Amino acid sequence: MNVPNSKPVDPDAISISPGGIDDAVIQVDGVDFGFDRRLIFKNLSLAIPRGKVTVIMGPSGCGKSTLLGMIGGRLKPRRGKLEFDGRCINKARGRKLYALRREMGMLFQNSALLTDLSTFENIAFPLREQTQLPDEIIRLLVLMKLEIVGLRGAHQLMPSELSGGMSRRVALARAMVMDPKLVMYDEPFVGLDPISMGVIVKLIRELNDALGLSSVVVTHDVQEGLSIADYVYILGNGSVLGHGTAESILRSEDPMVRQFILGLPDGPVPYQYPAPPYAEDLRSD
Amino acid sequence: MISFILKLGARTLSLVSWLGKGALFIFPSALGMLSVLRRPQLIVQQVYSVGVLSMMIIVVAGFFVGMVLGLQGYIQLSAIKAEANLGLGVALTLSRELGPVVTALLFAGRAGSALTAEIGLMRATEQIAAMEMMAVNPYVRVIAPRFWAGIISMPLLAALFSLVGVYGSWLVGVGQFGIDHGIFWSTMQAGVEFQEDILNGIIKSFIFGGVITGIALFEGYNARPTSDGVSRATTRTVVNASLSILALDYVLTSLMFGGLN
Repeated sequence: MNVPNSKPVDPDAISISPGGIDDAVIQVDGVDFGFDRRLIFKNLSLAIPRGKVTVIMGPSGCGKSTLLGMIGGRLKPRRGKLEFDGRCINKARGRKLYALRREMGMLFQNSALLTDLSTFENIAFPLREQTQLPDEIIRLLVLMKLEIVGLRGAHQLMPSELSGGMSRRVALARAMVMDPKLVMYDEPFVGLDPISMGVIVKLIRELNDALGLSSVVVTHDVQEGLSIADYVYILGNGSVLGHGTAESILRSEDPMVRQFILGLPDGPVPYQYPAPPYAEDLRSD
Repeated sequence: MISFILKLGARTLSLVSWLGKGALFIFPSALGMLSVLRRPQLIVQQVYSVGVLSMMIIVVAGFFVGMVLGLQGYIQLSAIKAEANLGLGVALTLSRELGPVVTALLFAGRAGSALTAEIGLMRATEQIAAMEMMAVNPYVRVIAPRFWAGIISMPLLAALFSLVGVYGSWLVGVGQFGIDHGIFWSTMQAGVEFQEDILNGIIKSFIFGGVITGIALFEGYNARPTSDGVSRATTRTVVNASLSILALDYVLTSLMFGGLN
């Protein structure tokens, strides 16, 4: 893989003051969010440090992908404020929202490639839609991104001809093609074989450092998540259960964080779905 | 009683929610339809997908409908020694009613269901969300070109249906039953008026095209992102579009050919 100028990451470079992270690319303040009567977040506050890989983990249904939806402006909170680079996301509409999104890239869980376009055209899609660049320049840009993800030779293939890992890499190239400031990854490791997973882990880390991005990775794969994280948030019960560097999360004494990190089947997150007493249920008609 | 009130309340809320979704869909779609006129190649691609690929079913159905009309028409007309008017009767029936209506029903089944399934699956596989995140307006890029394609394709398909239908009836009337070739065409030429018959049929087809495509796109865009959700949305498209066409046809016919105007 040829990712130029890759440099080692120094997690200690994240400056944390008593009020929070000093240089945040995303700032979430006092956010409430829910679907109908179900509240997902209650007074959620967090900050995503600039230029780092931030991993957001938590049990299924805790709202990790919902948080990405709010950062991307696709979901609106009931209360609170989300800022991207100092600009309010949740109040932005129409052209203002699209202007913010042009500075973001997103890798969806199932890649979300446009099925009627080839690999090449999928990556060229944002360039064709957003810019007036001539075809020759678009071709060069697309081939450069494909070279980075190792799929230049697959540029003519249709999405249906790609494996899960290849689709994820094409989607990653598409997310990068507009040179965004922030890239969000929604469960990038789900359903991948160990080799593909290793490739994606390496790409996230190296692209972040080489291109000077800020990355937000939502995952529940603890090992892979912690291996690339400069900073970690653990979400649960509608708020942040724990945050810090990977080392500090591994040392956490919080029972819920420990249950998640160690993958314990029972604990603060119960094994049994709430139900009447077992004996009572068996005796009833 | 309380149960009845609860059900009534739930139905009312559901209706209000549906109306709200409809409004949220119509306004950006209308704006998208204006914006996409700057990119006609997107509309042409969809005209191929929605219109050209529907031609086979329209041609085959039109041909057989025309043959049946020729057969039934000849049997009825020959009883009163008026078989010379077969061409006129078939042409009026096809251009005024059967052309637009049967084409619309076939179009709803062929193109409407395909549009709903396509848009529904695009939502289910997050392709629409991906477009939004790429700052691409899906109403302009996805909805509007398909809407234009439906409106453009329907009158052309209905005209094709009528044309092939007339030929089918000619084959039966002239070829099978021996009606005079010249009389078959000359009664048609003398009796069919462009504005009264042809133009009204075209207007109907435009309206049917808009209604079918609108329903198909709305159902696809609002389908639950599951296989069951897309399946139900596709069924709703065919049922709602077909019933809307039949009801609307009565209203339009009354307005165009007497009764309500």
